[in-house]
Amino acid sequence: MNGKAHSLEPPIDVSALLASLELAGKKVAVERNGEIVPRSAHANTLLADGDALEVVVAVGGG
Amino acid sequence: MQDLLTIGGKTYRSRLLIGTGKYRDFAQTRAAVEASGAEIVTVAIRRTNIGQNRNEPSLLEALPPSRFTYLPNTAGCYTAADAVRTLRLARELLDGHDLVKLEVLGDPHTLYPNMPETLKATEELVKDGFKVMVYCSDDPIQAQMLEAAGCVAIMPLASLIGSGMGILNPWNLQLIIEKVKLPVIVDAGVGTASDATIAMELGCDGVLMNTAVAAARDPVLMAKAMKKGVEAGREAFLAGRMPKKLYSASPSSPTEGKIAPKAA
Repeated sequence: MNGKAHSLEPPIDVSALLASLELAGKKVAVERNGEIVPRSAHANTLLADGDALEVVVAVGGG
Repeated sequence: MQDLLTIGGKTYRSRLLIGTGKYRDFAQTRAAVEASGAEIVTVAIRRTNIGQNRNEPSLLEALPPSRFTYLPNTAGCYTAADAVRTLRLARELLDGHDLVKLEVLGDPHTLYPNMPETLKATEELVKDGFKVMVYCSDDPIQAQMLEAAGCVAIMPLASLIGSGMGILNPWNLQLIIEKVKLPVIVDAGVGTASDATIAMELGCDGVLMNTAVAAARDPVLMAKAMKKGVEAGREAFLAGRMPKKLYSASPSSPTEGKIAPKAA
């Protein structure tokens, strides 16, 4: 996740992962293995060993 | 008659677009954006700091997307693929928002655009339904290629990003303004209010800036100055300046009835 290895207890979906990171309800976007995981699909997208995730936010920029 | 800026089918009263980076804190960001009168604000997309500062206020709270049009950028991207990926994340993050700022950089030293990659990314994003405002070189031929590719605004640099060097090549900007029908917005290089005025006097449709405001000693006051600079330049452009007349001075006061004798 975001370039670093994380160990998680399976089974875990994207919603549960965000909740465990205290990011539930926060304005974030998730990409899994290069594909966007829409917010509506967070709860039914199960993560698998070796998945590459990006979790991003909006920050100040020009 | 109201003088509105239209980008991607939406109209804006302000012709000043402002970046949200490099401010002291969100309060200063908010104050500067308010003072600038800008309706469009650029934002960057970055990885969350996993496990850090979870209760820190977010930019989206400081600048509510209900009040401002967010313009997510691809700052820091050096390939078309990275830029497209970043903007797909931005669209998801901002609930389907499709107006974006594309910038594909050539190198970290100059932040000059990589135009072949920029054009490639534009084509891909347009195909994917994005409304793309493109940071680009001030080359009128490249600008026409971007227009043909279907972007919604051409955004040539006036000088290097963050340099504050002002309008280095007004002639090229003028060529772009003449050659393309899309809005032309100077993006990058503005240092102070007169630079913004010059860009607008040339006939640019708007100016996008960040560092010129954020790095001023008093960013909020500079934001206010920029607002006036852009408005003054726009009005001067619409008013149509007098021609420059070298060697042919013309007094503003009557030449008859003077008590002084005629000059030799």
